[in-house]
Amino acid sequence: MELKDKLISSFLAFEEAFDVDSDIHEVRSNAIKEFESLGFPSKKEEDWKYTSLNTVLKHDYSVFPKKEDALEYRDIKKYLIHDIDTYKLVFIDGIYSSHLSETTHDKIDVCLMSSALSKSKYKPIIDAYFNKIVPKNGLNSLNTAFSKEGAFIHIHKNKLADKPIQIVNFSTGNESALMVQPRNLIVVDENSQAQIIERHQSLTDHPVFTNSVTEIFAGKRAIVDYYKIQNDRASASLIDNTFVEQQEESVCSMHTFSFGGKLTRNNLNFYQRGERCDSTMKGITIIEDKQHVDHNTLVHHIFPNCESHQDYKGIFDENSTGVFNGKVLVEKEAQKINAFQSNNNILLDDKATINSKPQLEIFADDVKCSHGCTIGQLDEESLFYLRARGIPLKEARALLMYAFANNVLESVRIPELKKRITSQIALKLGVSLGFDL
Amino acid sequence: MLKITNLHANIEDKEILKGINLEINPGEVHAIMGPNGSGKSTLSSVIAGKEEYEMTEGEIIFEGGDLTELDPEERSHKGIFLSFQYPVEIPGVSVTNFMKASLNAHRKANGQEDMPANEMLKMIREKSELLEMDRKFLSRSLNQGFSGGEKKRNEIFQMAMLNPKLAILDETDSGLDIDALKIVANGVNKLKSKDNAVLVITHYQRLLDYIVPDFVHVMLDGKIVKSGTKELAYELEERGYDWIKQEQL
Repeated sequence: MELKDKLISSFLAFEEAFDVDSDIHEVRSNAIKEFESLGFPSKKEEDWKYTSLNTVLKHDYSVFPKKEDALEYRDIKKYLIHDIDTYKLVFIDGIYSSHLSETTHDKIDVCLMSSALSKSKYKPIIDAYFNKIVPKNGLNSLNTAFSKEGAFIHIHKNKLADKPIQIVNFSTGNESALMVQPRNLIVVDENSQAQIIERHQSLTDHPVFTNSVTEIFAGKRAIVDYYKIQNDRASASLIDNTFVEQQEESVCSMHTFSFGGKLTRNNLNFYQRGERCDSTMKGITIIEDKQHVDHNTLVHHIFPNCESHQDYKGIFDENSTGVFNGKVLVEKEAQKINAFQSNNNILLDDKATINSKPQLEIFADDVKCSHGCTIGQLDEESLFYLRARGIPLKEARALLMYAFANNVLESVRIPELKKRITSQIALKLGVSLGFDL
Repeated sequence: MLKITNLHANIEDKEILKGINLEINPGEVHAIMGPNGSGKSTLSSVIAGKEEYEMTEGEIIFEGGDLTELDPEERSHKGIFLSFQYPVEIPGVSVTNFMKASLNAHRKANGQEDMPANEMLKMIREKSELLEMDRKFLSRSLNQGFSGGEKKRNEIFQMAMLNPKLAILDETDSGLDIDALKIVANGVNKLKSKDNAVLVITHYQRLLDYIVPDFVHVMLDGKIVKSGTKELAYELEERGYDWIKQEQL
């Protein structure tokens, strides 16, 4: 059976397990109908021209994991930022693991989507925010239809999440092939702050297909820093759909570190719904083999006096392919905005490919918008300089790659995370540089 | 120490060096002067092993061994140091970390362990004082946003750290004001010994007031056409290169 048909026929069984009288029931039922008519995207669609899901969709995925797998902390420690205190929401094959997690309801809510969807005390938040900024397409509708579990984070007005929050999704390989669809909702109220780190990690070589949807709402003057670590196995594919809505004077940043996985697609949209918003989207992609990473971004400038900054760096080796499709849409009312976009790529191998496509649609007349895209190799003069100082070719190349990606790291505001990413880059480049980067 | 015989080198099939002969012994300071485009910087790059130049004839013998087949890093490990005319910027890698990478790469090539961190820091401090460098300088990203003078001081600082047998200073005086020039020259002079040698490549005699050469060579159109003592440099400063060109005809 085709995956699409399998999912549609699984829906009834899935939905019957819930309270069919709830409001969400209707949302889910509508969503499965949308998925039925829209299906999975194909390369015929402009936004999917360079990314084909064919090799991902061909597996016979289990849609419901059969049993909870008990992982121990020592099995997963290395995938966590463990040297600092954090809240943790850990999911194993899509199921919440209470013994590995650390939640809170003390002034802020860091808990589960399943309880937020079912408990009446969360109903006002769910009614106000759930599925409100998710564009209608096959993948999003599919996630909504099966939305059940994920992270629910609500930082109340004037509160500060006192430590970073980690959302970690493990897949164990208990199923021969597994599809998971995490659904996250993050609401950061007026004058509040949160730092969130998200990771998807497969623990075996069995195929895993994650189709995740995250909605993030930043209230007036809220500050949200979000970090995604995508360093998965070659059998794991991820479609990450993340939507951020900002109220006035809020500051939101998204850093995406893509170091591995079979196919990774990031659909990332920022919607500015107030004046003086600041949106940052940055990414470092370092891949090789036949890996594929696709960044599809949108910044929607609707109000005046806002800023957006996009900076994506990519290093592609062997047969890897990258896509950057960055759209900046400036409405007529959005005067005096600054929108910057830059996408720089290094191809280390003749067989590596990057498709970079900036798109600017500007309807206002008093704005500063810039975009730049480069594709090149490592600078020979710089390599010679390092080698003339005795640094061997491999290490010299690694140093230059690090230098190339460095400005994306500079804005990472959790020092331990920055250190971790840096050492992952060194590991990725396979070198010891004689010092800790 | 260095013996270059009949060196010919091309870049993209264009011959730049057309038969260079040069011998440098330990303890000596040599200067190569010449107009723009005469091949001075090419010569320094070829000695340091830059791959875009193709050696078509001749040989470069350093400490009794042929350099031709060696990579730039191997030449560095053997004790050749090139101070660049245009040092490159490496964002995100501090001067200190870069120096650690460089020095430890040398140690590794010589079969030594990494230098202990405290020893390294002590050495970095010592050598940076020699070049009158600000402590803050050491934690800045390598050459990023450095002034011309800071870049050149940083080059000589690296030279002090690596203690090469042969230092080639390629246009080290360009972009330096007189104070920076004195500091750089003073640094080079303090590093001089009877066991090492310096090859200064310059347009102007000015630097040679501070780094006094034993021999001065004039390079024209890919060849060394005249050699002499430091007096030759003064003569060049006064009379330019045309009279030598005339002599050649």
